[in-house]
Amino acid sequence: MPGRTPEKRPEAKPAATQPQEKPAVKPSDVIVEEKVEVVQKEEKPVAEKITIGELHLSGCTGCLVTLADNYEGLFKLLDDYADLVYALTLVDVRHVPEMDVCLVEGSCCLNDKISVEELKEAREKSKVLVAYGGCAAYGNITRFCRGGQWNQPGQEAFVPISEVVDVDLYIPSCPPCPQQVRNVAVMAYLLLRGNDEQKNLATAYLTPLMQLAQRGNEACGCDLMYDVINQGLCMGCGTCAGTCPVRAITMEYGKPNVNRDLCIKCGACYAQCPRSWFNFDVMNNYEGIMDAIKGAME
Amino acid sequence: MDVLGNYKSVISARSTDKDITKKSQDGGIITTLFAYALEEGIIDGAIVAGPSDEPWKPEPMVVTTKAELLAAAGTRYTISPNLALIKEATRSYGLDRVGIVGVPCQIQAVRKAQLYPIGMRDVDDKIALALGIYCMENLPYQALEAIVEDHCNQKMESVKKMDIGKGKFTVYTERGAVSQMPLKLIHKYVQPGCNVCLDYVANLADISSGSVGSPDGWSTVFVRSMKGNAVWDGAIAAGLFETKPMDQVKPGLDLVTKLATEKITKNQKNVDARKTMGLKADGTPKGLRNPYESP
Repeated sequence: MPGRTPEKRPEAKPAATQPQEKPAVKPSDVIVEEKVEVVQKEEKPVAEKITIGELHLSGCTGCLVTLADNYEGLFKLLDDYADLVYALTLVDVRHVPEMDVCLVEGSCCLNDKISVEELKEAREKSKVLVAYGGCAAYGNITRFCRGGQWNQPGQEAFVPISEVVDVDLYIPSCPPCPQQVRNVAVMAYLLLRGNDEQKNLATAYLTPLMQLAQRGNEACGCDLMYDVINQGLCMGCGTCAGTCPVRAITMEYGKPNVNRDLCIKCGACYAQCPRSWFNFDVMNNYEGIMDAIKGAME
Repeated sequence: MDVLGNYKSVISARSTDKDITKKSQDGGIITTLFAYALEEGIIDGAIVAGPSDEPWKPEPMVVTTKAELLAAAGTRYTISPNLALIKEATRSYGLDRVGIVGVPCQIQAVRKAQLYPIGMRDVDDKIALALGIYCMENLPYQALEAIVEDHCNQKMESVKKMDIGKGKFTVYTERGAVSQMPLKLIHKYVQPGCNVCLDYVANLADISSGSVGSPDGWSTVFVRSMKGNAVWDGAIAAGLFETKPMDQVKPGLDLVTKLATEKITKNQKNVDARKTMGLKADGTPKGLRNPYESP
């Protein structure tokens, strides 16, 4: 796999240069200009960047928008750390290319052959496959789909992508936060291109998100009950209530109360809970890591 | 890491603001720091444990003025889920610089929310000041009720101040009565989540404060981060605190270290014991979940 990296460049480059002939694709224009600048400034070979793609399955595009919600941070990411080689709207590439990191958005519809095939292809062609967002990781609202919907009434089987392929890393929540995907992108860069120290940091940082992928593909506000309160671990800090994107959680007498009619099963509450996991090796160094990420984005 | 965490300096301090020390638990450190940070524009607002409909039951609230801060001063011995308001503060209130106060586990949650902002959109760079308070263990509200009303035989609404110190839980009422019970007896009321906590003095806060180690009416203050250091230096320069070096106060830093070591040793044992709590069919131990290992 690593041997293929040089091959990837020529494949990605035409895609990025094309827009000059096609002025309609604006974001790519900007990317091309910035890229040239960086080469001049730092004499840093562009080939050092990692490649990231976004495979869009049955999701609402909120995750993709979240990536763009890093605003200038996205440009910085694309300038120095990663080439976006595949993504709906943002990149003019039709077929799943080889890539270092593939962010998969949306659950996989088993009734849609193309989805299944593309997902398998993405797994085959990427080094790290990320379930990006609640739908890909846990099914999220697509868990409630029972078919009969305009305009594909026959589509009813929507599963988290880990039912179809092995997944390396989870980024839960609906939508995930721009800062979380940014952090993962920076850490993936350090993991694949950094020195030993950076690799260790990236490994430590990414480990819990990888463990989350091993934990399973079912999530619900009930996790707080089963895996935190029932396990005697809840101390009522309020994080889950603060993090829930649909305000399904309130704190009643110091413990979370989940309104299960509102819960969309995105997995944010459990992943954000300091008692789902708390890795002291990373957290104790929070100041250094946050400064490092901030520095990387400047 | 040492049981007291990383810190740049530790000092015994007391607020010079009489309005604050009249209402504060000990040295009025947290209230004074937030008041200073609000005034200086270091924070636009703070998430604190405010009053609620029920006596001594804290309710997290976002405050933006010193008057609101004063209404929230003092310790309530039951948790206020301050983290629940973090997105409320940054998004609904639109605050760009948020202060938050919490017990150690809540400060851990703040740092996790910053490093792994999974559902905490646009929060990581908006936490301008995270103040920690020492915490040995915490009580559910109903437990506090049982302690005050059953053990101490006082009505919740007539209580003026509650305090933990010198091995006793003390209740002071509005009319001057003082009821005490040995601290040992409250252990059975502690919420189970506290028994796996490995932090006593809010190691991850910007500044942490608590009464332990300092004389009555004073607090022991750890200044930890760059941010915390800047705020602390500013507050000292503004004359907001009287200070004494830790080695010149009784009982001193040794007591803090002793209690921190006790808590962490005891709870580390609990964490370890959870690994082999149960029994599998083949006779090998069956464990409970360990949050410090994996989700």
